[in-house]
Amino acid sequence: MITAGCDIGSLTAKAVILKDSEIMAKEIIRATARPEESALAVMKLICAAAGINMENIDRLVGTGYGRKHIPFVNSVESEIACHARGAFHQAPGTRTVIDIGGQDAKAIRIDDRGEVIRYAYNDKCASGTGRFLEIIADSLDLSLEELGALSQKSTVILTISNQCVVFAETEIISLVNEGREIPDIISALHRAVANRVASLARGIGVEEEVLMTGGVAKNPGMFSALAGALGLDLKAVSDPQMNGALGAALIAEDDLTGKSKR
Amino acid sequence: MITAGIDVGSLTSKAVIMKDGKFLSSAILKSKPRPWESADLALNSVLEKTGLSMTDINCSVGTGYGRDKIPFIKQALSEIACHAKGARWLMPSARTVIDIGGQDCKVMRLDEKGEMVKFITNDKCASGTGRFLEVMAKVMGVELSELGELSACSKSPITLASACTVWAQADIIQHLNEMIPIEDIAAGINNAMASRVSTLVSSIGIEREVCMTGGVAKNSGVVSSLEKTLGIHIKKIRRDDPQLAGAIGAAIYAETVSNGGKI
Repeated sequence: MITAGCDIGSLTAKAVILKDSEIMAKEIIRATARPEESALAVMKLICAAAGINMENIDRLVGTGYGRKHIPFVNSVESEIACHARGAFHQAPGTRTVIDIGGQDAKAIRIDDRGEVIRYAYNDKCASGTGRFLEIIADSLDLSLEELGALSQKSTVILTISNQCVVFAETEIISLVNEGREIPDIISALHRAVANRVASLARGIGVEEEVLMTGGVAKNPGMFSALAGALGLDLKAVSDPQMNGALGAALIAEDDLTGKSKR
Repeated sequence: MITAGIDVGSLTSKAVIMKDGKFLSSAILKSKPRPWESADLALNSVLEKTGLSMTDINCSVGTGYGRDKIPFIKQALSEIACHAKGARWLMPSARTVIDIGGQDCKVMRLDEKGEMVKFITNDKCASGTGRFLEVMAKVMGVELSELGELSACSKSPITLASACTVWAQADIIQHLNEMIPIEDIAAGINNAMASRVSTLVSSIGIEREVCMTGGVAKNSGVVSSLEKTLGIHIKKIRRDDPQLAGAIGAAIYAETVSNGGKI
């Protein structure tokens, strides 16, 4: 049985192909403005990587911001359902999933069977999403990937008092002008984003174990900042950005095996 | 007695000189990164206009974002106090003052004597402040001052998907790419701004007359959209520039300070 999950986010498009619950291939590309285009591109790429044709996929589930525009899916699932499914599969001890993506952040509580109990979601305010990091990296002329390593060189604790990305950007520019060190600024930025997400998560009650997923989880500075903000240890998975697509592929499998609750 | 009021804001700095409670002259300049430079420039500019020198001023009061960093003032006073005082001077019948500045929005309720009853401020989120308009104007490649006129020509304003300045910016870029008329985009921006501010206004309650101060009061698009959203009439300030409210209030208070009065 071959199933696939396709997660079309605002910044990236991800796909996972499973063969009997084992990952055959996974791919990630930068999303274009048109979700259907991104979906086609990432599926073409992943089929080539797995050495199969689209027709060989028994069931395909779509998710993510652009899920309603993926032309070839068998069904679409909410991001919450997919992220919960992916997290429970990868780390069955997970009771809280915190996912920070390019344009949103989610906190999901699941029970010992992987069922979603409650969740909170922020896509209204850019603060507390990956976009905050992206904007500041841009204005400091750094790449997003550099932030994590840089922040670990921090020696002085600074605080960014503004929560709003627009105001924080100005604040950060004045910190640079004051001669503050970039690693210290980045570290403060990570704590600012982490605090925002932590308060979202606290709203639904955080229960251990806590798994951090989403593209932002690849940034070790953000990972430790979030752990610090929550005051507990976080669990990690090897490829946190693929969690939603993996969950979608697993739900596709559940649908075929009758394990699905719907 | 000659007094000066200096209002150092995030985007503009204002200076006003008054003589025995009468308005003499004013200056509005773009703020410099350092508040004391802005204050110096604004004061020098207004002194030049009046032919007065620093030594002619009996007392000066500072307000605004950078008020604690102005060296030459006798006292620094809160923006809320100065804006309420200035608004009252600009429009004695005002009971509700909506002040939208470069990076905040204040709504003040006054009693019939002009005393502050209550107020509410947003300086946490750029949406609903002048900064929102500034960012959008920049993305559109138009002047901030053009947004009002542009929106008056709109036939079908766009609706912004999000109130967040960051998301709205991305939204505007997409609308520009789709060749949506710039007037419709400007109108959508002004409406979004008004909708955000009206939430703040509603939470404190409205009493007539309502007036608007601050730089954004000069944007007719935001004013008319606010009137529509709130179902009220906003009385236009004609006595002087509504952007000067804070500096006027500071100059009025300077007389009290000079007389040894407590504020």
